[in-house]
Amino acid sequence: MRHLLVLPFLLLATPVAAQSTTAAELLAKYTAEAGTEASAERGQALFLASHSGGKSDTPSCTTCHGTDPRAMGQARTGKPIAPLAPAVNPERFTDLKFVEKWFGRNCTSVLGRACTAAEKADLVAWLSSL
Amino acid sequence: MTRTPIVAIAAMLFAGAVTADEMEYMPPVTHAATLEECSACHLAYPAGFLPPRSWTAIMATLDDHFGENAGLDAQTRAAIEAYLVANAGRDRSTGSAVVLRISDLPWFRHEHEEEVSRRAFEKAKSWANCSACHEAAEQGNFDDD
Ligand code: HEC
Ligand code: HEC
Ligand code: HEC
Repeated sequence: MRHLLVLPFLLLATPVAAQSTTAAELLAKYTAEAGTEASAERGQALFLASHSGGKSDTPSCTTCHGTDPRAMGQARTGKPIAPLAPAVNPERFTDLKFVEKWFGRNCTSVLGRACTAAEKADLVAWLSSL
Repeated sequence: MTRTPIVAIAAMLFAGAVTADEMEYMPPVTHAATLEECSACHLAYPAGFLPPRSWTAIMATLDDHFGENAGLDAQTRAAIEAYLVANAGRDRSTGSAVVLRISDLPWFRHEHEEEVSRRAFEKAKSWANCSACHEAAEQGNFDDD
């Protein structure tokens, strides 16, 4: 039953996602911008931590994406969110504009500021290692 | 004087019941940008459920959208606002307060408060989660249960 439910959500996640990039390309891009090596451990810590700088309803990435990026998450409205890990959701990290838009929104909501290139590199490194 | 509020409430409830029936079918969003940008966190709510000034107010405050950041670039924002306003519902409110939620409108409260079981609501988590109860909401059908 569960996989039947997941499929339409995967299709919904990135409706007009032109295949403009890949997780590996993004990792290389953010790493180059940051000028330091990415660290999957740092990405994991950032993702799982509770932060206090952002909006009070969204202290953590896990608020919506859950603690396991290979599993479904849930928006605060109750709407399901397809998994973030590209291993289970190949649509992830394939559209640069989409990725930038959501890093922009979600980092401001959770951290109260934009994520740095180094943080994005860490996050992509962790998510694509799963 | 003391009777006025009661009459007003009765009139509101009556109007609510009638208009809700007219809303069994509400044309779904067809505008591509609205569909893409307004469906990530919830159903892309049909424009006809809110009056023009509600959409204008919502589109002016996307950076702090019900506690979340739903900000858009200026061009996309303007295109979506134009679509929503052009397809908005009638303004039935009497006061000057601008309603931001479909779920705060009198017809909505009337239609849902007695009809919905506690269990159904707890499963949906929020009134904003229309699709949890109206399975064909994306097709514009709100009379499926
Ligand atoms: C308030 C809920 C919420 C929070 C908190 C949140 N996200 Fe998201 N995120 C979403 C939604 C909704 C989407 C877009 C829908 C989708 O892609 O399935 C999304 C999409 C993304 C994407 C897009 C990936 C792609 O290419 O498809 C990334 C990356 C992401 N989030 C990372 C994060 C990170 C990192 C954090 C913590 C800093 C975070 N999110 C916190 C709700 C949230
Ligand atoms: C980043 C996530 C996100 C995006 C993107 C988003 N919204 Fe929302 N929206 C929310 C949240 C959270 C709520 C409050 C839900 C609740 O109370 O359960 C909400 C509620 C609403 C409501 C009120 C629903 C009710 O209770 O009747 C309207 C109307 C609305 N949004 C319109 C829009 C429009 C129009 C867009 C596109 C421009 C949009 N939203 C994009 C997160 C989002
Ligand atoms: C917790 C479940 C639940 C949620 C969430 C919910 N509804 Fe409903 N809704 C119902 C029930 C039950 C009825 C009454 C039975 C019926 O007429 O379908 C109803 C009735 C309606 C009607 C009147 C239909 C008619 O037959 O006249 C409309 C319109 C409607 N809902 C729209 C919405 C919209 C828009 C949302 C989201 C903003 C929403 N509903 C959220 C359960 C829900």
